[in-house]
Amino acid sequence: MDTIFFLILRRMRTPLLTLIVAYAVAMAGMAIIPAQDADGNPTTTSFFHAFYFVSYMSTTIGFGELPNPFTDAQRIWVSASVFVTVAVWIYAIGNLIALLQDATLQRAIAERRFRRRVESLTHPFYLVCGYGQTGSALVRGLTDRHLQAVVIDIDPERISLLQLDNQREFVPALCADARSPDALEAAGLKHARCRGVVALTNVNEANLKVAIAAKLLNPDSKVICRADSHEIEANMASFGTDHIYDPFDAFALYIAIAIQAPCQTLLVDWLSGFTGDTISEPHYPPHQGRWVICGYGRFGKAMYKHLKQQGLDLVVIEAEPHKTGIPAEGVVHGRGTEAVTLEEAEIRRAVGLVAGTDHDADNLSIVMTALQLNPDLFVIARENRLQNKELFDGVGAQAIMNPSTIIARRIRVRLVTPLLADFSNLARFQDEAWASTLVARIIALVEERMPYVWEVNIDQEHAFALHDAEDRGLRVTLDTLLRDPRDRDRYLHAIPLLLLQNGERILLPDLDERVEVGDRLLFCGREDARRRMDWVLQNIHALRYVAIGESQREGAVWRWIAGWQGPR
Amino acid sequence: MNPEKVVFGFFIVLALTLNFGFFVGELDNPNHHHAWELFVVIVVNMIATVLKFGDRTQMGAVLLATSLVAMIQLIAASLVWTFAVYASDGGLTNSVMASIVSLSGGAMIANVVSVTLLVIETVMLRR
Repeated sequence: MDTIFFLILRRMRTPLLTLIVAYAVAMAGMAIIPAQDADGNPTTTSFFHAFYFVSYMSTTIGFGELPNPFTDAQRIWVSASVFVTVAVWIYAIGNLIALLQDATLQRAIAERRFRRRVESLTHPFYLVCGYGQTGSALVRGLTDRHLQAVVIDIDPERISLLQLDNQREFVPALCADARSPDALEAAGLKHARCRGVVALTNVNEANLKVAIAAKLLNPDSKVICRADSHEIEANMASFGTDHIYDPFDAFALYIAIAIQAPCQTLLVDWLSGFTGDTISEPHYPPHQGRWVICGYGRFGKAMYKHLKQQGLDLVVIEAEPHKTGIPAEGVVHGRGTEAVTLEEAEIRRAVGLVAGTDHDADNLSIVMTALQLNPDLFVIARENRLQNKELFDGVGAQAIMNPSTIIARRIRVRLVTPLLADFSNLARFQDEAWASTLVARIIALVEERMPYVWEVNIDQEHAFALHDAEDRGLRVTLDTLLRDPRDRDRYLHAIPLLLLQNGERILLPDLDERVEVGDRLLFCGREDARRRMDWVLQNIHALRYVAIGESQREGAVWRWIAGWQGPR
Repeated sequence: MNPEKVVFGFFIVLALTLNFGFFVGELDNPNHHHAWELFVVIVVNMIATVLKFGDRTQMGAVLLATSLVAMIQLIAASLVWTFAVYASDGGLTNSVMASIVSLSGGAMIANVVSVTLLVIETVMLRR
């Protein structure tokens, strides 16, 4: 048990003792002093009546003089004891209630409840440390796919926010410092169902500590971390952190790929977006010419590195180059918010602009000034805080870099549909024509909305009908799975993206590809297609129907009748 | 000397001695068992129970448990008494008195255990 419970009990001693003594003295007095009954005969007040009277006297309920009207001697005693017992009652009750409201006690109670809830989790869950912008986006993504999450955050306001957010699954949350291993353990780090730990706090050092604790206390768990600097990243990698995400590097790489292959970028964007959102438009960042980068901090450096690899002509504007370092081309000194600096960087000749300082107001100002000087610029703006979203939406930037949404999306894909991460990697080696064909197919399938992406594991649990289809003489191909179980001449609105078979990854597998036990499949399409497909995967009748177009009678009696009908 | 220990020991022993005082006498004779004695036993036992609150040790937990047992027995005894006198037609008969006194006897055993534990703890401390 926690120390706090004992401490509270110990502090309850004085109020309780005072209460007991005051009651005892008042009762004893009532019992000693002679009383009179209704006829004026002397009698005594019993302890029962004394207790009854003192209870309603001290709480000032005051039912009157019971059981008989008091003698004057009794009244003298009552007038003295009423002040004492009432005062003691108020003091004791006030104190006890204050003790129960004690912040530390409340916290201990909350932690205990949280522990119990985490212990009783029966489904696999992920432990998310830090419920900021990234954390909340990730938890939403996980719960939308019916995956459990447990949240730790140091800020009580964010925990209350979580309770207000309408999540599809119950998310146990604790307000605690994720750096303490105790809190991590309470959140189920050692729980048999804990699949992984995601460290997303905005403090690098905290993420590092979470990663270390996770690897030490539960070596089997997957650890995913956010790291904002290369040293921390290297440090995390050194002890086997499974995935490390650097938002700046991730975004810079994303832009670099978008410059090379806009269609492919669009494809991956759609597949990893939230189902049901409106689909995004493709960006076509200029792939040659002069780019101006404002701010040479972590983001500026990442952009510089990746844009440089694309062979672009770069100019860097930085207010404090002695702190950040100076790139090979030299640097234009200034903040970039004023026209003079931008002119010096020859903004009128530039094709692209990166407003990448860590100050949102500066970034907005840079974008507005630059667009006045050169309205044809392709603008990438860094949005540091999500609450400025509306401003950034209105400023006219083509791409907005928000560290948290990028990380949340990457991690969500990694956790919910790991095959999609494989798909993205394979897609990178395909050409633009391939990507644009696939994009066209997806548009035809889902219209205007982001497609739903899901994985199918062919095993007894997730595809009961398929696991022994061979024994029942059924040959199941991808074509079979994609037929509508209500009318097998129609196809479901789904595209098979990836087939993982015997360790081999097949991109956009053919429809006549055999599906065997142990395969893993990645589909995209409409959400209802998944439900219909699950039907086929689980129900042997539905599977037989889509496979050979007839539904056989199952069950002993029906089979007997069928056998009897057959020979006739 | 720890004044807290003195008060603690005082009330625990007092609870036992008063309890014994109420208990002795013919089991079913109301004249041998006075209401005042029971009242004082309950008050002192309550104080002893509250004094045992918030002790982290194993010994503290067991002491608290014995006190709670004594409290339950004594409160049951006082309730039986109250019901017999005010809520039943029979009044305080010999058989009712016998059950009141035997309930307080149970409480006394709990108090004996309490005192024994206290003595054991003290002896252990000496070593």
